[in-house]
Order: sequence, then C-alpha cells, then structure tokens
Amino acid sequence: MTSRPIATTRSVMEVPTGRLAMWWVLASETVVFGGLLGVYVMMRLRHGAWADEAANTSTWAGAFNTLVLLTSSLSAVLAHQAAERADGPKAARLLRYTMLGGGVFLVVKAFEWTHEIREGFTITSGLFWSFYYTAAGLHAAHVLAGIIVMFIVSLTAARNEELQRVENIGIYWHFVDVVWIFLFPLLYIAK
Amino acid sequence: MTQRAHAGAPPHAETNYVAIWGVLCGLLAVSVLGPMAGVRILTLITAFGIAIVKAYIVCSYFMHLNIEKRWVAYILGFMLALMLVFFGGVAPDVLEHEGLRWQRTYVAPVTSGSER
Repeated sequence: MTSRPIATTRSVMEVPTGRLAMWWVLASETVVFGGLLGVYVMMRLRHGAWADEAANTSTWAGAFNTLVLLTSSLSAVLAHQAAERADGPKAARLLRYTMLGGGVFLVVKAFEWTHEIREGFTITSGLFWSFYYTAAGLHAAHVLAGIIVMFIVSLTAARNEELQRVENIGIYWHFVDVVWIFLFPLLYIAK
Repeated sequence: MTQRAHAGAPPHAETNYVAIWGVLCGLLAVSVLGPMAGVRILTLITAFGIAIVKAYIVCSYFMHLNIEKRWVAYILGFMLALMLVFFGGVAPDVLEHEGLRWQRTYVAPVTSGSER
C-alpha cells in the first residue's frame, strides 16, 4: 500500500494522471468560456450599438493586464523548467512571481471596475455591461483560484516535494492567460 | 520530480521561453496599435487574428501541446468543435429575422438605450 495520491503514481496512455486530470478540467473550462464568448459574439453581431458601450472600457488598462498575464505565464513556465531540473526552491520563487502577476492583474481590474461603476456602468446598465462583468468576473475568479492553488503548490515545491504539481498549475495558469487573450480584443479593442 | 511523459520530445529546458515571451509582447503591441488606424479589416486582423496566433503560441510552447500526446489536443479540439456546433445552431435564431420553415412571431417592445 502507498499513501501517495493516485495522481502521482499512475499514468494513462503515457500521460501522468494528475496532468491528465488538469487537461480534463481545461476541456470543461473550454466549454464554459467558449459558450460565454460564443453568445457574446452572437449578441455583439446582433447589436451593432454595443461598439459605443465598449468605447467606455480602457484599452490601455486591458493591454497592461494582458502584458501582466503574459509575463506571469513566462514565470510559470520557467517554474516548470526549474521543477524539471529538480530545483524546487527556484520553482517556488518563480511561482511567487506568477502569483504577484495575478495579484497585479486583480488590482488593476479592481481600479478599472471602480472607475466604471462610478461612471454609472454597472452589471444592470445593459446587455453589454452584463456580459462585460460576467465574462471578466468569471475570468478574475479563475485568476484568484489559480493564485490560491499556486500558493499551496509553492509551499511543497520549496521543500522539493511534489514537483509535478508545478507543471499542472502552470498549465492551468496558461489557460487562464489564453482566455484573457480572447477577452481583451472582444471587450476592449472592438469599438 | 516532475513526471515527464513527452516521449521522444526535446526536454523543456532547451526551449528559449524568454524569446517566446518577447514575440508575444510584440504581437500584443501590434494588436493594440493596429486598431488605432481605424480601418475595420485591419482591426479584425490585428485584434482577432493576432489573438489566435498568441493563443496558439501559448498553447504550443507554454502549455507544451506541441510535445504533449496528440490525443490531448484532440480532446480540446473536440470541445472547441462543440462550441462551433452550438454557435452554428443558435446563431440563426439570434441573428436572422426569418428562415425557411420558421418565422419570428415575437415583437420586441420599445426599450430604453440600455437594451441596445
């Protein structure tokens, strides 16, 4: 008998179970975000006047947040690289940089939303703003979840334990990055 | 230790991730500056076309789908295909006012600007 979790002791068709589980999570997330963005595109094509509403979002804030997420993805993949070299402490340090990037993203988002709400654009201001707050809010919730899990992973990685988790949380983080790559032009650029 | 299962693939350690990040930043700059020209087709290409390229680069090199087992990409591709089926099935009802065997009977009430 072993006390180690199944995710670390088995592989399916040459993919470790932990990583396979992460791929399945992302497959389901693809449907969640894909459905939301698909409906948004449909409604956007239907309501040309949404371009006027989108003009009230800050392109530069969105662009800065895109840069932050891309940079945090870099530190996440470098953490994975360090984990592959069995350098847990370095992987943990790079994961903390990634968490910092996620934190900066959320702070910018908070300032952005505060400004927009003060301008009178709330989730009930119209269909565009309903989509805007729902899509960006769901994405921000994923960023927050990623930061929390990454914190836990960084604790074990710092002790050179369970280093396979560094890759798994990294894959999740890159997915969150990819979702934002599509949200950015849809919500901030197409005006 | 991490569980490496990218059989036959080069180790991740050999990839220049910083260079890939630099390319992504360059593409981001283009996607922001392109739409400023105010040309619709240029906006579509620079904003949405480049978004697809950026997503492809992140998926390939950061998520390592380029060296992951092929069927993992097939799983994700299948989910994307489901989204296209969903879009194709629902879009006509949303975007069209009439069709071959159906007609819109609902008349939308006049609303304020908030429902645009």
